[in-house]
Amino acid sequence: MNIHQIANHLNELGDKSDTGFFFDSVPIAGEVDVLQVTIVGREELPIFVSVTDDQILCIAYLWGENEVKESTRSEMLEAMVEMNIPMPLSSFSKIDDKYVIFGALSVSSSLHDVEHELAVLSDNSLEVINEMGDYLV
Amino acid sequence: MSIFKKIITALRGGASEAGEAIVDANATRIFAQEIRDAENHLTKAKRDLTDIMAKQMQAQRELDRINNSITEHEGYATSALNQGNEALALEVAEKIASLEVELSEQKQSFDRYNDNATRLKELVKNTERQLADHQRQLSMVQTTESVQKATAAITDNFNNSNSKLLDAKQSLERIKAKQQNFDDRLKASEQLADENSDQSLKNKLAEAGIGEAQSNASSVLDRLKAKQS
Repeated sequence: MNIHQIANHLNELGDKSDTGFFFDSVPIAGEVDVLQVTIVGREELPIFVSVTDDQILCIAYLWGENEVKESTRSEMLEAMVEMNIPMPLSSFSKIDDKYVIFGALSVSSSLHDVEHELAVLSDNSLEVINEMGDYLV
Repeated sequence: MSIFKKIITALRGGASEAGEAIVDANATRIFAQEIRDAENHLTKAKRDLTDIMAKQMQAQRELDRINNSITEHEGYATSALNQGNEALALEVAEKIASLEVELSEQKQSFDRYNDNATRLKELVKNTERQLADHQRQLSMVQTTESVQKATAAITDNFNNSNSKLLDAKQSLERIKAKQQNFDDRLKASEQLADENSDQSLKNKLAEAGIGEAQSNASSVLDRLKAKQS
């Protein structure tokens, strides 16, 4: 599995995805291959996909440290840790000063699994921002 | 220091911002080499184990053979004694004695193979566990580095394209607005469809002369006449 296979699959999918979403994907050049996946209508929250030796990582950026209300920061962190298990397929993490939501799949996952993962991750990220907006400035 | 601790220390220390490697590239290479060495040792240990187990099976067969032979000769000796042939019985007994010496020697080598096999199995198990642990740790390092490199690529891409990541609430509002737009459009087109079907029904009714009467010249004239009188 590599990002090009994922890109081809998503781009050929058109409106035939059973997730009900229309995906668009563009590879980003860099030291490691990254695929930027957007869902039509949700362009503001892209998902970044990279493939390592043993896993496929799908990451969506949520908010920066600068957007977090200082007074309720620890409450927010606790809420995120507590939501990690109930939230389907996705988990919270932090990269540099950005909070993210991500899902990791085995490299032997099917393209259909990847598609499902992306749809769930996108839904989760919207819901998280919606529900945790009170912790943000 | 464990890899886990190293990664946490490096991340907390902001190594990622400076673009520093979590574990220096050389250390990662050495680690990967250690894993390959361990894999080679494992292959060799498994081959040795197969040899030892084969020898152990041979020794077991030999033990069975000697034991059977002893039982057989004991029978002969008893028969000889029953016939009163003490001399023959003694000869058989000597044979049994030599078989018993052979048996104890064979038993020793069987035990030796058995001990070796047990030790090798333990070694294989431990090496496998260690190897899995090393691979898990190496995967942590590689994933951390890969995420850093991916982040760098994503950041560069955003900077180059002059687009910036919006803040979370703005993004959500925009998406919601688009969704609202979409929903409104959907509703509008549904309404339009409804109206169209309403209209076609009205037309059919009018054709059949049912419903509101169409205003025409003669009815207007009648109305005007009625006002005058």
